[in-house]
Amino acid sequence: MRFIKPSVTATTDNRTASATPVDNSAATAATAAEPAPADGFLLPVPDDDGAPFWAYAARGELRVQACADCGALRFPPRPCCPHCQSFASEWRRMSGRGRIWSYVLPHPPLLPAYAALAPYNAIVVELAEAPRIRLAGNLVSAPDAALNSVPPERLRIGAAVKVTFHEMADGVTVPRWLLERP
Amino acid sequence: MGATLKDATAIAGIGQTPFAKHLPESEKTLACRAITAALADAGIAPSEVDAFASYTMEETDEVEVAKAIGAGDVTFFAKAGYGGGGSCATVAHLAAAIATGQATVGVAWRSRKRGSGPRPWKNTAVQLPTPAQWTRPFGLLRPADEIGMLARRYMHQYGATRDHFFNVALACRNRANQNPAAVMYDRPLTREMYMTSRWISEPLCLFDNCLETDGALACVLVSAERARDCRRTPVYVHAAAQGLPAQHHGMVNYWTDDPLTGPARTAARHLWKSADFGPQDIDVAQIYDAFTPLVPLSLEGYGFCGRGEGAAFTEKGALEIGGRLPLNTGGGGLSEAYVHGFNLITEGVKQLRGTSTAQVPDAATCLVTAGESVPTSALLLRS
Repeated sequence: MRFIKPSVTATTDNRTASATPVDNSAATAATAAEPAPADGFLLPVPDDDGAPFWAYAARGELRVQACADCGALRFPPRPCCPHCQSFASEWRRMSGRGRIWSYVLPHPPLLPAYAALAPYNAIVVELAEAPRIRLAGNLVSAPDAALNSVPPERLRIGAAVKVTFHEMADGVTVPRWLLERP
Repeated sequence: MGATLKDATAIAGIGQTPFAKHLPESEKTLACRAITAALADAGIAPSEVDAFASYTMEETDEVEVAKAIGAGDVTFFAKAGYGGGGSCATVAHLAAAIATGQATVGVAWRSRKRGSGPRPWKNTAVQLPTPAQWTRPFGLLRPADEIGMLARRYMHQYGATRDHFFNVALACRNRANQNPAAVMYDRPLTREMYMTSRWISEPLCLFDNCLETDGALACVLVSAERARDCRRTPVYVHAAAQGLPAQHHGMVNYWTDDPLTGPARTAARHLWKSADFGPQDIDVAQIYDAFTPLVPLSLEGYGFCGRGEGAAFTEKGALEIGGRLPLNTGGGGLSEAYVHGFNLITEGVKQLRGTSTAQVPDAATCLVTAGESVPTSALLLRS
């Protein structure tokens, strides 16, 4: 096992962050970094706007950026609200429930770590409380199971899923998805 | 009413290198070969070139090209972004510059060793211009994975099938089989080959993906007035447009309200608004085909059919010669060469000159499009 810790991630410094807006400063140096391999898998490289998402994920919370003035949710996160142009934002906790909006089953040629698991699945999930907020992810049989742990025939657009979290590398956690009815 | 681009400029010359999986020469050399060939085709001396336009992803810059070919003093140079979305924008930028007097002889080009060179997704240090943190960790690594996601949803929502995608692949291959310059000139495609080929990213198989090609192409743009004195039949730039829709997210457009509505619609709205004719008047189309599902999406976006009808549009040989809309008549990115869509521009010119290897009789109007699903661009050409 070889874990290379990414040069900068937002997680550690934000572990104590409350539900109020997270201080982005910890992630400012992350934008130029390349994805660090964790056993050859690509780790998220947060930018300033995305850092709080990953910080909350490390705490096992799925949160989406919302405008602190007009309340509109937005994803991916960005500096200001496209509806009212407010620069004030907060991170609203989601129920973690959703439905598969679409999916693919990648086959080689792929980066070696991914090729070894091919075909695996990659899915896009629309969130139950905000169907137009969609997150890319993987459908797995258990939080730490492999990317190919769910048989391809179980994947279906519209299938109900719920979020779980997986620590890809030290301090780097990503949301993943489990079938509501496995 | 201000200045208009309508028919103010024309493509007077086109040039290309051979296309192959591997060409020994450098991208810079290939660029210079295509550009000098285009200038020779136009009968214009390199010293008269005073404008350049290419893609932001083009590795050879204007300085290198200009000094190699012996260009004169250059007063306009521009680059268009978003990979294959920038193809038609290169010509559009030159048209605007020439129509407004900023330059007189413009060269647009693309040179690429995608066949033998690196594939962008293989190098994790060089990320494609997508929001990588939201997709890469989950194994959405390649454009085929990103577009496959939209394709699966499109199939689900509108009843599109793999046979519809095959219709696109087949039309392109059939035209390539008529084009000696095409990489797939002597390689016919059958439905059985398509249906039994290996997957790349389900629902997309090998034949849903464009080629990996080494090659370069160029065209020369001048004022309409000057073009009438050149060696070749002028091909007029009747209209040009770029498209970046509100709340668009690039190739991974999963976060907009309606991800199946792409940049083509935005470009199309402006294109048709400034044109003297409409989709029903198009004799032949060159539609960006890095992946087969981009074609039905583009057919909808550019108004050849209604929302969700793009797949059905491909039925009954509609995209073949003699069909409703002959498509990618040189073979396109799927079967002639994948050079970020520039061969679609030059093929459009050949059709309107009457010199295509798969000539549509009396073709007088041609739509050329750039990559759908990324910020895009399009041209209406006419003879």
